[in-house]
Amino acid sequence: MTQQTAAADELGHHRSLAGFIKNNIREYGMLLSLIAIMAFFQYMTNGTLLKPLNLTNLILQNSYIVIMALGMMLIIVAGHIDLSVGSVCGFVGAVAAVLIVQFHIHYIPVTIFCLALGAAIGAVQGYFVAFWKIPAFIVTLAGMLVFKGLALYILKGQSVGPFPVPFQRLSSGFLPDALAGAVEAFNSTSFVIGLAVTALVIYFNVKERRGQQEHGLAEEPFVFFLGRNILVAAGFILFSYLMASYKGLPNVLIVMFALIVLYAFVTSSTTIGRRIYALGGNEKAARLSGIKTHRLTFYTFMNMGLLAGLAGLIFAARLNTATPKAGLGFELDVIAACFIGGASASGGVGKVVGAVIGAFVMGVMNNGMSILGVGIDLQQVIKGLVLLAAVFLDVYYKNKA
Amino acid sequence: MQHTLEPAAQPGNNLAGNILEMRGITKTFPGVNALSNVNLAVRAGEIHAVVGENGAGKSTLMKVLSGVYPHGDYSGEIYYQGQECKFRDIADSEKVGIIIIHQELALVPLLSIAENIFLGNEPAKNGIIDWHATFSRTRDLLKKVGLKESPNTLITDIGVGKQQLVEIAKALSKEVKLLILDEPTASLNESDSDALLALLREFRAHGISSILISHKLNEILKVADTVTVLRDGATVDRLDCHAERIDEGRIIKSMVGRELADRYPKRTPRIGEPIFEVKNWVVYHKEHADRQMIKGIDLNVRKGEVVGIAGLMGSGRTELAMSIFGRSYGQRISGQVKLHGKEVDVGTIQKAMDAGIAYVTEDRKNFGLVLIDDIKRNITLANLAGVSRNAIIDDGKELTVANKYRRDLNIRCSSVFQQAVNLSGGNQQKVVLSKWLFSGPEILILDEPTRGIDVGAKYEIYTIINKLAEEGKGIVVISSEMPELLGISDRIYVMNEGRMVGEMPTREASQEKIMHAIMKSWEN
Repeated sequence: MTQQTAAADELGHHRSLAGFIKNNIREYGMLLSLIAIMAFFQYMTNGTLLKPLNLTNLILQNSYIVIMALGMMLIIVAGHIDLSVGSVCGFVGAVAAVLIVQFHIHYIPVTIFCLALGAAIGAVQGYFVAFWKIPAFIVTLAGMLVFKGLALYILKGQSVGPFPVPFQRLSSGFLPDALAGAVEAFNSTSFVIGLAVTALVIYFNVKERRGQQEHGLAEEPFVFFLGRNILVAAGFILFSYLMASYKGLPNVLIVMFALIVLYAFVTSSTTIGRRIYALGGNEKAARLSGIKTHRLTFYTFMNMGLLAGLAGLIFAARLNTATPKAGLGFELDVIAACFIGGASASGGVGKVVGAVIGAFVMGVMNNGMSILGVGIDLQQVIKGLVLLAAVFLDVYYKNKA
Repeated sequence: MQHTLEPAAQPGNNLAGNILEMRGITKTFPGVNALSNVNLAVRAGEIHAVVGENGAGKSTLMKVLSGVYPHGDYSGEIYYQGQECKFRDIADSEKVGIIIIHQELALVPLLSIAENIFLGNEPAKNGIIDWHATFSRTRDLLKKVGLKESPNTLITDIGVGKQQLVEIAKALSKEVKLLILDEPTASLNESDSDALLALLREFRAHGISSILISHKLNEILKVADTVTVLRDGATVDRLDCHAERIDEGRIIKSMVGRELADRYPKRTPRIGEPIFEVKNWVVYHKEHADRQMIKGIDLNVRKGEVVGIAGLMGSGRTELAMSIFGRSYGQRISGQVKLHGKEVDVGTIQKAMDAGIAYVTEDRKNFGLVLIDDIKRNITLANLAGVSRNAIIDDGKELTVANKYRRDLNIRCSSVFQQAVNLSGGNQQKVVLSKWLFSGPEILILDEPTRGIDVGAKYEIYTIINKLAEEGKGIVVISSEMPELLGISDRIYVMNEGRMVGEMPTREASQEKIMHAIMKSWEN
């Protein structure tokens, strides 16, 4: 190796703009493609896409997919897959409906029970995957059939509903406006919260960059840092303005946002997150490094079950009934979201934020195409092609690098 | 690394009788000059060794030759049997009889020997395989390479040595004229290696030329007619083994550009009291519960001592080490492990690590590293608690730790953010070592710590081992290279078939004594 000065060496990364773009093309690329897709539909639908009403719908329609994608990302990073999430989602919703509507049990204990049920289902599947080494594909394929059948069985093939109003609020409720009337037809509380979150996000970004600079790690050119933050801030403010001018922030958005932040933090900054990446990257090396790989796999599935249960409750609350068809095909949207978001099918690679963006890419396309009146047949074709294209570009850039 | 030696005269100036001449080969990867103006001339019917440190460009050169990097991807010319060749892919080079056998064997484990030999080249009519022809031709080929297995035997059921021979039989089936072997004996024991080398000599007698890439210089000296030395992507030397007397020192000098006066750094041992003891250790095979793999072993390591474990492949050394390290191998394990005279529980890997034991695997790619992760993450993996608070990782601290080990162990990389997969073998090994050093062990078990890494990096690894011993740690080194054990350890155990069959201070030990101990154990 030639003499490179140690100081410059320890930073390592290319300092040039072009080098930086090249190294980070996928992270920015994903966000930019989401923006591009949104702009496209915004234009094609003559502005309907970002109308406050539609934006609210977009959030409500995709919340359960996003929530499940968080768990699925962990599963895929750990090197597995979970095909049962759609069925589990439907099954848990059905159990909730039967308990609340037919047995008249209060919705709070039922909610807790249903979350536990989801976790238990995930745990059982995780048990077979982690401790018996049965491929997750098979275990969860079985789970998919079992829980789809069980949902049909307990619903006796019929829809069960409606739910009591407080339970419905989980999905269709909005944050009450404490500052009601401050501005006419405007949910000031929601807007203020939006501003506060924006400020917090910027604050943390700046703090992170400070930390990086302290260690001589700030590789992102300042222009990019600035641009990214302006874009994010503008997006957040625009979004909260739009939401505020309709009914305000939906409850489910708050749940979803909190979960995204939590999971992004866990995967990027905690030891358990790091261990999941190592597990998916090389299970044997991880195990020989003292990581309890079996147990970790088990927990990843249990976590997935819990999130599928939550998604089931949200979905049932949204439809205000549990139907035998609930959750049908969700697993495909969830898995697609992760892969569009940059997960690797062989494990060890993937980011939570990627999965969220992936889920919204799918969601915006669903929504936009529906507004445009594209038939369900063509919609599937287009979604399939987008999935393939996203993964293809990923592989293409990886090979080029 | 200093380059004191000037490149020798360019070889390959139209020597008559050359089967292959590669002239002025230059191949660049983004940012790296992998090969610059490399020349290689192989005479018809000779065994030509290509040596060089890891990263010197041997494998890249062979990939150019075999068409893995197609014509146009590199500059320079390839003349084969007097004609210029522009290979587009491997199939092109195979067509003219250039066959490469890679270090990682390309056999399908669950197919039979016959199926593997004719894979992609099946004797068939209209797509229907002629099994009679397949089997009879396989039998002939196996006879030529000295294998007595049935053509029906599955690859997974034969050892690595025999698999290597199957690869060679496969090459023969393709009418090989120039056989390229990349580290063919890396995972073979001595007798299998000898058989392989004998086979190469036999091929030479039949006019088949071979290019042999190997780190094992003693083997090269046994068979090679000519040696080409590469360093940093350039041809630095071409030695004719018949014209002059060549010894290992001569080759090493060219490889590293300096003389390694001593291949093993000196250390004055300061050995203290026993800190690590294993008593009556018994382990059964991980799948066959009635097969005893480790048959009651006693072992001790003293403070500041380097203890070597010698033995043949399959003697149970790795099984012993892994079973001690948190039962990561085997079942029905019994026996005692004591640290500082106190019995410790090593029932799980975490417990073994907590007790102060670290095990550096012999298979760094599969068991040691998360190849897709960067150096930094690999180094901290076994001790994440050391860089985190309340389970939240402190990125700055992690970076500091990684850079410290990078400096201390001289890991050559662009930065600690570089992926482990892009490092050379020696540097990968240093990353694995860093990981375990950061876990703060008192006892380090190093399993084949220098396997497949070049002479210069080996020296660095030995230096690290010495330093650890001087710090008062107990070190166990498992190695199949006896000179290495004799060079670095203070005391040597000899293991065979799951038993310790000899123990001697190194000053009284020799290769003969070690082999003698093994042979004697078989007689009993």
